[in-house]
Amino acid sequence: MSEAVAIFLDGSIYAAWLFLVAVGLTLVYGVMKIVNVAHGATYTVGAYAAVSLCGAWAAGGGNEWGIYLPLVLAAPVVGLILGPILERLFLRPLRDEEETVLMLVTYALFLILEDSVKFIWGVDPYFLSEPYLLPGGIDIFDLTYPVYNFGMLIAATVVGVGLAWFLSKSKSGRIVRAVIHDREVAMAMGANVDRIYLAVFSFGCALAALGGALTAPTVSVIPSMGVEVIVLAFAVVVIGGMGSIIGALLGALLVGFVRAMAVHLLPEAELFIIYLVMATVLLVRPSGLFAPAEARKI
Amino acid sequence: MTTALSTQGLCRSFGAVKGADNINVEFEAGTVVALIGTNGAGKTTFLNLVTGYLKPDSGSVFLGERNITGMEPRDITRLGVARSFQIPQLFDQLTVDENLEVAEIIARHASTASQTKELSRVRALALERFGLVPQRDQLAKTLPGGARKLLDIAMAVVSHPSVLVLDEPTSGVSAEEKESVVETVIELARGLNAMTLFVEHDMEVVAQYADRVLAFFEGRIIADGTAAEVLDSPEVRRLIVGTALGADGHA
Amino acid sequence: MPQRMLAGLSVLVAILAAAPWWMPPWMLFIASGALAKGMAALGLMLLLRGGLVSFGHALYFGIGAYAAGLLVLSGITEFVVLAVLGTLATLVLALILGTFVSRYRGIFFGLLSMALSMVFYGLLIKLQSLGSSDGFNLGGIHLLSIPMQGTAGQVPTYLMTLVLSVLAAIGIDKFLRSRYGLLTKALRDNELRVEYLGQSVRQLVLLNYIIAAGLAGLAGVLSAVAVGHIGPEMAYWTTSGEFVFMVILGGLGHVAAAFIGAGVLSAVQAVAYAVAPNSWQFIVGASLLACIVFLPEGLWSLLKRVGRRA
Repeated sequence: MSEAVAIFLDGSIYAAWLFLVAVGLTLVYGVMKIVNVAHGATYTVGAYAAVSLCGAWAAGGGNEWGIYLPLVLAAPVVGLILGPILERLFLRPLRDEEETVLMLVTYALFLILEDSVKFIWGVDPYFLSEPYLLPGGIDIFDLTYPVYNFGMLIAATVVGVGLAWFLSKSKSGRIVRAVIHDREVAMAMGANVDRIYLAVFSFGCALAALGGALTAPTVSVIPSMGVEVIVLAFAVVVIGGMGSIIGALLGALLVGFVRAMAVHLLPEAELFIIYLVMATVLLVRPSGLFAPAEARKI
Repeated sequence: MTTALSTQGLCRSFGAVKGADNINVEFEAGTVVALIGTNGAGKTTFLNLVTGYLKPDSGSVFLGERNITGMEPRDITRLGVARSFQIPQLFDQLTVDENLEVAEIIARHASTASQTKELSRVRALALERFGLVPQRDQLAKTLPGGARKLLDIAMAVVSHPSVLVLDEPTSGVSAEEKESVVETVIELARGLNAMTLFVEHDMEVVAQYADRVLAFFEGRIIADGTAAEVLDSPEVRRLIVGTALGADGHA
Repeated sequence: MPQRMLAGLSVLVAILAAAPWWMPPWMLFIASGALAKGMAALGLMLLLRGGLVSFGHALYFGIGAYAAGLLVLSGITEFVVLAVLGTLATLVLALILGTFVSRYRGIFFGLLSMALSMVFYGLLIKLQSLGSSDGFNLGGIHLLSIPMQGTAGQVPTYLMTLVLSVLAAIGIDKFLRSRYGLLTKALRDNELRVEYLGQSVRQLVLLNYIIAAGLAGLAGVLSAVAVGHIGPEMAYWTTSGEFVFMVILGGLGHVAAAFIGAGVLSAVQAVAYAVAPNSWQFIVGASLLACIVFLPEGLWSLLKRVGRRA
């Protein structure tokens, strides 16, 4: 019984993390049709920014519990700085290239950003454990769960609900949805695609950075932390359907629980099972479980 | 009098729209047949059904004695049904010669040893007759509209098909070039004894070159006969051509 | 092939063949690795010429390497056996996977190939029996009585890699000049027309896919022999990225381009590791960008231009 609970909790927490990490990627694909490999690097930058901002907060004598403020602020800071730079300088000029070429461009940006992190912060790992340890742990059955992880669950829910509300209820959100659906028609109806792309991409960067920032307290922050994360994010996005927010949620849940089950029941399968599901979904239902994207088959 | 192509009870709907409504027709080998009708009448649907691009909801298509219903386009092509496209489907990054070579390579795969010599001859013939010899080393994407159309058709002809399906062979071709395009194509087709099926909007072209005309309306064939018979039929006039043939004779 | 190009390439091959006499051992080691990776890049180039970008090419590179590794673990150390069986393993797997994968295009093909390589990686990482993330060493490999590992084996391994690379290059060059090469070009241009002319596009794609996989597999075996160690990173997505980069850098214009791309990348990596170990990814990334923007046809197009003017 406690094993089932453990799987459920582990799965939920991991799913929340996956959603946070993947939602920006799927949003950017949905609107701009770009598979953004640099998402993994923005995630990393977010983690480092969190380290710096929280460090400055602590050094400046900030309130203990207030440390969550700079932690979360890392996201918009990174999004507003990195987003426009990447989008305007690199993506906009090459906008008319094929999808695969753009993916290679973002891969190049990933490499550049990864080393840029080393220039700015050095190669040694950073630790940001205060936000993680502060709320302590909670005992469920005979296992202790860090409260922080449940905080991540809440954060993921907030992000998800917020995004869903924005896209369905707000005026700008509906324009964004129109662009997701059909860029040319949206343009014909007067949508300023240039500005929308800039805004969405920056927002996607902020989301990636948020993922990194919230992860920072739970791991050692190193320059290569994005390398594993980006492929996981791909898996989630592909499984759920590229471009679909709900898909990212479903994909995160599926991957989260499958992985939790593997960890507890068949540890050898933990890693490859995720990609096996990804491959299977691509083979059987290439558009994902919930998709606006089209599959191209012959 | 062999039947090159025939359909029985061919039906295909798109939602509530009937693209093909119980079409029964037989085509003799070596004849040139024009399909006329307003847009959406079912002419292109019919072409797509006999070339395998679309699968019928019910009914069958026969190539000679052979039932080809539901077969894949490439298999139907290998059996001798070649098609050209409304918007020319070329290999833009290849030269004119290479385009035809690809067609010949693929056709050779499906043919016997004795037939392969024929293929080279037909290819050279098409290249020459369609006036593409001076451009043979040019990239296909540099060709003007009429030449693109001709190359598209030439590629279909290379396989020495028994049935040649042309989807609007003169659309996108300038008025001056139109007649020479049609004349060249049909002359070659007759020379190869290919049964030719073509969709056409220009009634003068139809009147001049078609042995037989099929008029389509709402997925059905409403008239079937010689060009004179069909174009004079009151129903065809009313629904397709208009009460009097105008100076340009267009539907 | 134009005279000058043939002459230039022959000179290049001659210089490479003489390498054991003029290259220091550390450089020879890098050269062996570069040639092997170039062979994998050659396979990827074939796929790209048919219009398919694989982000998981390292799968077959890893399969070849681990097939060789497993054979060595079970006591087989004859190189010919390793090479043949390793390549065969990749060909069989490619046939199986290819029948499914060949239906996909564009980004879906790319991601699917990536997923498959990560499945293999995920398996390797967790398998304790194969050393999990550390991998394991291969020793004692020989060609008949000639050692191929250790100091004595460095030259024979290098020469074997060079010979096989040249043979692969010639073979693929012939393939590209044959009707299959023209069909592949046509495939990339207009699949619909190829299908309507009577050729199964899927069969063509599958053929190219299997050949590409076989090349990557042999490359994996060669790499394993040359380095004496195999690890899961050989199948990781970043390794696939390296192969893609090599092809972009070299260009699609000629079979030699894949090896030139591999050579340049290996040289850049070697220099960067030594001079600025924390900047080599930056350099590679910036070069990739520069290539995409300024030299979309790769270094080969540059060489052609230079050769024409000379």
